[in-house]
Amino acid sequence: MLSVKSLYTEYASEHGTVVKAAQNVSFDVPEGKLFTLLGPSGCGKTTTLRSIAGLERPVSGEIAVGGRIVYSSGQGIFVAPNKRNFGMVFQSYAIWPHMNVFQNVAFPLDVRKLPRKEIRERVMRVLAAVQLDHLVDREATKLSGGQQQRLALARALVMEPQLLLLDEPLSNLDAKLRDAMRTELKRLQRELKLTTVYVTHDQTEALALSHEIAVMNDGFVIQVGTPRQIYETPSNSFVAEFVGSTNFFGGTVTSIDGNRCTISSAVGEIKAHAGDGVTKNKGVIVSVRPEDVELSEREPATAEGDNIIRATVHSKDFLGEYLDFHVKVGDVVLASRAHPSLRTPTGEAIFVRMRAEKCVAIPSDKPPSRPSIGGAGAPA
Amino acid sequence: MTEAVTRLSRVPDTDTASGWRLDSKWVLIGVPVALVVWLALVPLVFLLWQSFLTPQTATSPAEFTLENYRTAYFSAETFRLFLNSVQFAAGTSAFALCLGTTLAWMNERTNTPFKRLFFALSIIPLVIPGILFTVAWFLLASPKIGILNVWLQWLFNTDTVFFNIYSMTGMIWTDGLHYSPMAFLLMTAAFRSMDPALEESALMCGASVLTIAWRITLKLSWPAALASLLILFVRSLESFEVPALLGLPAGIQVYTSSIYQAIHLYPSQIGLAASYAITLLLITSFGIYMQSRLSYHSSRYSTVTGKGFRPRTIDLGPWRYAAAGFFVLYFLFIVFLPFLVLVWSSLQKFYSVPSWAALNRVTLDAYRTILDYPQFWSTVRNSLFLAFTTATLIMLLGAVISWIVVRTRIRGRWLLDNLSSLPLVFPGLVLGLSIMICYLYLDIGVYGTIWIMLIAYATRFLPYGTRYASTSMVQIHKELEESAAMSGATWATSFRRIVLPLLKPGLLAGWIYVLIVSIRELSSSILLYSPGTEVVSIMIWELWQNGQYVELSALGVMLILLLFCLVMIAQLVGKKFGISEG
Repeated sequence: MLSVKSLYTEYASEHGTVVKAAQNVSFDVPEGKLFTLLGPSGCGKTTTLRSIAGLERPVSGEIAVGGRIVYSSGQGIFVAPNKRNFGMVFQSYAIWPHMNVFQNVAFPLDVRKLPRKEIRERVMRVLAAVQLDHLVDREATKLSGGQQQRLALARALVMEPQLLLLDEPLSNLDAKLRDAMRTELKRLQRELKLTTVYVTHDQTEALALSHEIAVMNDGFVIQVGTPRQIYETPSNSFVAEFVGSTNFFGGTVTSIDGNRCTISSAVGEIKAHAGDGVTKNKGVIVSVRPEDVELSEREPATAEGDNIIRATVHSKDFLGEYLDFHVKVGDVVLASRAHPSLRTPTGEAIFVRMRAEKCVAIPSDKPPSRPSIGGAGAPA
Repeated sequence: MTEAVTRLSRVPDTDTASGWRLDSKWVLIGVPVALVVWLALVPLVFLLWQSFLTPQTATSPAEFTLENYRTAYFSAETFRLFLNSVQFAAGTSAFALCLGTTLAWMNERTNTPFKRLFFALSIIPLVIPGILFTVAWFLLASPKIGILNVWLQWLFNTDTVFFNIYSMTGMIWTDGLHYSPMAFLLMTAAFRSMDPALEESALMCGASVLTIAWRITLKLSWPAALASLLILFVRSLESFEVPALLGLPAGIQVYTSSIYQAIHLYPSQIGLAASYAITLLLITSFGIYMQSRLSYHSSRYSTVTGKGFRPRTIDLGPWRYAAAGFFVLYFLFIVFLPFLVLVWSSLQKFYSVPSWAALNRVTLDAYRTILDYPQFWSTVRNSLFLAFTTATLIMLLGAVISWIVVRTRIRGRWLLDNLSSLPLVFPGLVLGLSIMICYLYLDIGVYGTIWIMLIAYATRFLPYGTRYASTSMVQIHKELEESAAMSGATWATSFRRIVLPLLKPGLLAGWIYVLIVSIRELSSSILLYSPGTEVVSIMIWELWQNGQYVELSALGVMLILLLFCLVMIAQLVGKKFGISEG
């Protein structure tokens, strides 16, 4: 439905230097799906979204929606944003303070010069859908944060857009409300089957909402995949670290068979899932999520594809619903999330089990970058 | 245990006791409060009192009377005067606002070429004083010798007068042009405080450029536009140069020129002037009050954006050249022509319209005459002395006042805040009048000296000093001071060693600003100067009265160059300290 092909954008910063915002960004969004651009701030995700909207003019590339080309540097096409018929929700909601709730939502239909009766009907219908119909005459500035968010959404939906663009729509809400709105947004999108591009830096939102996620960094799309693919088989250490939290340790591939490989690593011989680009005798980084580092006091029964390792408890933090364990294998400290019933004292021996498909080997051409973004990579 | 409790509870006691001791803090707070009351309130009381008195003569003492108000309100000319004033101020402010809004919109929201030149708009009103701008437009468009008239008459070979600057239209044109950069700045600020997403979302809704400009941009900025209109209205009511230079010869009287005439015609009628002044003061106070209420209410319109994204500029297509043309024309009218005509006239022996013949008579005589003028150097000395002293005094006073208002929890500090901005409602002429009356009665040897002008300047520019200081003050975290106190510094030491140095960039910027506006001050000085205490703007005024346009232009060109240098230094300082702060 939406197809973005080798999009490049750049702009002059306040200091006059050229900022490269999107670099060779390409992706496709099928009809009715919710596609998320996920990445730290400054990764180019918002610029990409604004390029789709037409608020930003890319340097080169092509953007087509439902077969209609809205931007193409090759053919010299640039459709003005007001002619694209895309709904957009801005981070600040951009609710017009001089209009009331009804007028805000009616505006898109107003400028299309629709008959009054039809405007009234459609506005009321969409307000009912976002549960704001009881506030129709309220001044827009008198709404709460969550209500403003619904209003912005209603305004974007009322024109029955071909494409819905959401720019960090939940980031200005407090935590409780954010969860509720996230569920609400998902329900609406799934019901209306509206093709949606969603921009966020919050991995939880991305994982919970999306059909597909594109992880971006420094202007490049690093990996595209379903939430499960992104989380369980990150193609690179940036993705592994940015989405969720993870353990990394280095090693060398000793044998490889399909997508299964054996690695001689700092924690011993490990069977792992081989990511793209993993070859024999090459150095790799193994990523394993804390919840996949299973601990037990007694040696677990081995099954095919399990890695069993002896470790000692290095430290542990009681966090109520779970325990954060740090266990030491040689020089490597692995973080593990365990059930609070596990009470092994610090310094005692413990068994670690990691399923081979949960250990993801990533080529170690690049050392794992540690983006200095607060919150990124923190456990959800 | 009990002993410990009593010992603990006694600590605050001794603390309060020492707090109320007469230490440097209270002296430093007491003095500014007294000074502000003295500067801002006392002259007002005298003005009010004088407006109810008959003129004092050698034979008869002043008596209580309502005659002044009867003349001011019920004479045949009263209605005309009121009408003229309102017509002039309304016309000027509307013209300036239209120009300023268009320019601000072009600059902030469109891709008009030459946008870099727009920055110059912010410094023009500082660099070209009102009196020189008025004189320049007189030279350009006076019916007899105005260059534009003479050239057009020559071009079309007629005697028709194309432009007559001696008319209400001419006055509105000149003053409106001069105030348009102020309107530009006010509206630029309004457009900038608007979340660009508000316009972008309208664009995404399918609205066209014109629909957005009309239904979103303008509708959202109308509270700001109305507030700007009120400010401009008040400023035009207060303006003195244009009504005095262009209005009086044409017989068009407004409040400011009437006040001036009431004092300068013989016998001078101070009481009548005072009652005019009170009327004017009431109107301007009402205007300022409405404006501050509007700004307060309009704050709900300025939505704060989540991330400061670069506002998208609207592509005007081929229209952008038309916009650029409009801007170039405007620039011609506001800077180029006025300055060039002054330069031209300053290079002549006797004023004449530019021609080949006149070009051969170009000379620097006028500059020589000015520099050899008997009072020239004493005039410059007076101006510089007043400017430097005022700026220094005002910024120190402003620092202390803003410290009290921003930092302390002293009850009644809001009163100090309001009092220190009270002079804002005084038109310069009214302030000069009240100070004149005040020190005529309070014979403390100030009247007729340069000190009375210093008092007038200090009062007039006090609000600027306070504003500059408090803007910087709110940025200094209170804990910086508290940690100085914890390190054992006394209040005076921490003010001198911590607060003042941190305020320095703001204070310096304010200092230069006050310096600049002091050098150009005319409307208060005009009622307060006496032989020996003339300042540069008064000298220009006297040259105008004597019809010495050539010498006036020479002096004007030098003044403009000086002010230009000062403004450039100010911008440089601002930039330098701005960076070191960040």
